Amino acid sequence: MPEYMLLIHAPEDGFSRGETSAPWLAYTQALQEAGAYVAGNALQPAETATTLRVRDGETVISDGPFADTKELLAGYYKIDVPDLDAALAWAARIPQIERNTVEVRPVVVYA
Amino acid sequence: MSSASAAAEAAFRRERAAVLATLIRQLGDFQLAEDALQDAFAAAIVAWGRNGVPQRPGAWITTTARRRAIDRLRRERGLADRVERLRVLAEREAAFAEEPEPSAIVDDRLRLIFTCCHPALALEARVALTLRSLGGLTTEQIARAFLVSDSAMAQRLVRARRKIDIARIPYRVPADEELPERLGGVLAVLYLIFNEGWSASGGERLVRGELCDEAIRLTRMLARLMPDEPEVTGLLALMLLHDSRRAARVDAHGALVLLEDQDRSLWDRGRIREGERLLEAALARGEVGPYQLQAAIAALHATAPSVQETDFGQIAGLYALLARAAPSPVVEVNRAVALGRSDGPDAGLAVLAPVLAGGALDDYAPLHAAHADLLERAGDAAGASAAWARAAACTDNAVERAALELRSAGTCARPRPSRPPARSR
Repeated sequence: MPEYMLLIHAPEDGFSRGETSAPWLAYTQALQEAGAYVAGNALQPAETATTLRVRDGETVISDGPFADTKELLAGYYKIDVPDLDAALAWAARIPQIERNTVEVRPVVVYA
Repeated sequence: MSSASAAAEAAFRRERAAVLATLIRQLGDFQLAEDALQDAFAAAIVAWGRNGVPQRPGAWITTTARRRAIDRLRRERGLADRVERLRVLAEREAAFAEEPEPSAIVDDRLRLIFTCCHPALALEARVALTLRSLGGLTTEQIARAFLVSDSAMAQRLVRARRKIDIARIPYRVPADEELPERLGGVLAVLYLIFNEGWSASGGERLVRGELCDEAIRLTRMLARLMPDEPEVTGLLALMLLHDSRRAARVDAHGALVLLEDQDRSLWDRGRIREGERLLEAALARGEVGPYQLQAAIAALHATAPSVQETDFGQIAGLYALLARAAPSPVVEVNRAVALGRSDGPDAGLAVLAPVLAGGALDDYAPLHAAHADLLERAGDAAGASAAWARAAACTDNAVERAALELRSAGTCARPRPSRPPARSR
């Protein structure tokens, strides 16, 4: 079955953690029970990100995320489901979906 | 072209959509199916041109295309899963070969239209893909209709098919719980195709008839495939009722003729009758929706002997229902215009007041033209002049702007003071 990355972009203040972790645990568990879960993690806030580029042999390391936008990559799930509609259905169930944005990307399969 | 190859080409075009729909299911790959169909087309023109069109052209094309697809898979070294796909295809060949004539498998075309109109595709890609896959237009014809280059349109199509294949947009009719929303998306694409032909936002001609024809043909097919969905039938009725006015909408110089100025003897009675009949059948199911309501409004216009004898009271009532089913300030503008005709200008102005205050349509010329017309008929010349000027300022079209400016200056060249500003064309 094809794999999809659910890339979760959250507003600049990131996920609200602590007491709201329960819905995330429940969501992860639902994925596992459906046999769709491959991997998933929350990321530390974007201010802890470091971006690296190598141009003309020169390495440039800079503070901050790759794209400085209002919504930043805050976490991801990798899921294994039959098709895009199934992936979109899971994406719609992500906690705090009303304030987050999810990018659904198929994962390249190597033979 | 010889008459034999012309007959071969015509037969191929008739079968194309049904065969493509079946091939996509069998091959599980949109682009491969399209490419294999192109190969089969070339083969058919040669073979049929020589030996005549076979008795079951659809089955001939499907089998030929499937063989070509297998040839293509064998050649494509880069494809990671080609061995697996070849094995699956070889295994299923016997079952495929025994399937009935492709045109008899209506479900495949239904699957295809839902895939082409999937919301994960950009709207312009949905439109192009629907026209190319299910309609009778070539890539070049679609490119011309949408005023882009052939290569840009070809690329748009290839990109859309690639996304369907890579992201695995499913090839099926959505499940019941998703169906209403997704069917709404399909109908929106079909209506957009019709409107693109009808309003001709660009290009040399005012009406691009081939798009209207294709939209009607596709909606007719969908209505046949989904006879229990009254909104599909309602949309078909709406298109036919609009399209009945096609010949009267453009004058000898190619300029637009407004509804009230049209020669009603040029309206296509056959289309009007068919639209009415379809609308009645849809309404009888008792599930009224926005397309049926718009068709009902169009039917009242289409069957009125003149503007004066049009039942604007009932039209206003239908707009009120439409505003409830699909709320939009544009609908309110149309309701105000109809009410202004049935109950007098003050009734229309009362409906327009909250729309004007809302501000969402500040730059919408028809709103200000409707306002001006109602004020004028209510006797407020100064207010009308200001509103006409405002309408003129919102208009990009030079001819239309000049006409509106003339009205603002109070030097109206038209004999009648009450041009209906609703964009019923």
